[in-house]
Amino acid sequence: MSIDEGTAARVAKLARIKVEPADLPVLAQEFNTILGFIDQLSEVDVEGVEPMTSVTPMRLKRREDVVTDGSQQDKVLANAPDAREGFFAVPKVVE
Amino acid sequence: MSDLSKLTIAGARDALRKGDMTSVELTEACLSAIDGADGLNAFVHKTPEIARDRAAAADARIKAGDAPAMCGIPIGIKDLFCTEGVASQAASRILEGFQPQYESAVSQNLIDAGAVMLGKLNMDEFAMGSSNETSVYGNAVNPWRRRDDKAALTPGGSSGGSAAAVAADLCLAATGTDTGGSIRQPAAFTGITGIKPTYGRCSRWGTIAFASSLDQAGPMTKDVRDAAIMLGAMCSHDPRDSTSVDLAVPDFEAALSGDIRGKTIGIPKEYHMEGIPEEIEALWSQGKDMLRDAGAKIVDISLPHTKYALAAYYVIAPAEASSNLARYDGVRYGHRATLGSGDGITEMYEKTRAEGFGAEVQRRVMIGTYVLSAGFYDAYYNRARRVRTLIKQDFDDVFAQGVDAVLTPATPSAAFGLGEMKSADPVQMYLNDVFTVTVNLAGLPGISVPAGLDHQGLPLGLQLIGRPWEEADLLNTAYALETAAGFVAKPVKWW
Repeated sequence: MSIDEGTAARVAKLARIKVEPADLPVLAQEFNTILGFIDQLSEVDVEGVEPMTSVTPMRLKRREDVVTDGSQQDKVLANAPDAREGFFAVPKVVE
Repeated sequence: MSDLSKLTIAGARDALRKGDMTSVELTEACLSAIDGADGLNAFVHKTPEIARDRAAAADARIKAGDAPAMCGIPIGIKDLFCTEGVASQAASRILEGFQPQYESAVSQNLIDAGAVMLGKLNMDEFAMGSSNETSVYGNAVNPWRRRDDKAALTPGGSSGGSAAAVAADLCLAATGTDTGGSIRQPAAFTGITGIKPTYGRCSRWGTIAFASSLDQAGPMTKDVRDAAIMLGAMCSHDPRDSTSVDLAVPDFEAALSGDIRGKTIGIPKEYHMEGIPEEIEALWSQGKDMLRDAGAKIVDISLPHTKYALAAYYVIAPAEASSNLARYDGVRYGHRATLGSGDGITEMYEKTRAEGFGAEVQRRVMIGTYVLSAGFYDAYYNRARRVRTLIKQDFDDVFAQGVDAVLTPATPSAAFGLGEMKSADPVQMYLNDVFTVTVNLAGLPGISVPAGLDHQGLPLGLQLIGRPWEEADLLNTAYALETAAGFVAKPVKWW
């Protein structure tokens, strides 16, 4: 599997990272190196093997379905780059 | 008083309890050692006021006669742990200015135990790296140098600042985190001890996430006894982390008898790898002899899927990272790019993340995005998770055969020069984790113990891998290895 510049651009778009067109050839090359390394996984016989979901044989704990937290709007907004009137502010989303 | 920072946790604890010194004195010694070590770039946010307040409170607690082992002990905290009101930015530009409104579970446990935070420690950006060269703060520098050579060396990564600070006696111990070897590799590169406990021992709550199914916190210390003491203070069951185990935390220090007679130590043949320096093979062989002389039985074992561990890791870890790091969008915290007129929310995301993430983080987020994308999910991500099942099965099999611990080298080389890997492709850097990454994939406890010096005078470590939840037994085996190896070398101060 070889990654071309178009695929690299598509992946960057999916990851929401702006990549300048001039940087795409190098990026595609790096992807190919890494994916070439990863490709050795295709040698392994995984027939009938379950994908791991939990590394410890432990049932996830459950808790009561009740509200345990909240009422700290100031703290939630304290680090926002742009907070106004108790909300996170972002550029216009809907035209 | 300048030598106080050279104390071990155990030594300082005993002196504090006897009243031979105060935590305030000990803390001042560390603070001045830190101020004199800016050349190491280990402490990136210093917190002397917090340190002095906590030291005074610890002294009061010690005086009252009700102080746990960590009470009054000055430590450094890796920048990956959220610390209330103190910069916590995972060495990334994207978290510039972020001041957590809460304290991570692990650092809160240490506060509760009376430990004194001196500041935040350098690391690779989002813990992605093996040399501390991806940090927004610049490189941390290894206090060790090659004999007759002034070239600056890496302290390893990602917990490079933690390793450098402990090795240089700027603090008594430090917290680290380990996703593929990020505690054990830097510990080996700097001649200190580092343990990654079983996945689930330490709560991940409030620790900035890299790859959630692999991330574990652990202590980085001057010796095995200190690792036992500090690990005990870091572990807890935490309902806020659903993978945190609800098991009692044993008294790890009490397990250190040094008696390993009758224990079975496995030597995995797959860890004899091509291109590994002869002196690392030799050290491994000496380690085997030391454990045998201490009464352990040495057996050859096979972990047949070892070869595929790094490849599985470099699918699973980036996949989880691409999901975890999706939260850095310029909306809720940290950096937001300056937008041009007409830029909408997508441009805000894309520009913010391009400016905020460094090259290695961008690379891993994009690789993770690719292996999770439609059409490749099964071929890459699901296949890697199947291989991970097989890697864990390898360990389950040898433990079922009666093996108590597995002995391996910690790293495939000694510390290398900063910048030396610059022209190498990313995969070359990933090979640093070749001996450590299996342990994260299998969720096991692993410890790196300094065991010797290479021909250039640089420290080398050995790794012991234990059964799940049996850190106490693992620490005792490490203690026997440490006693036999008798590693006492320290870096010569140049900074």
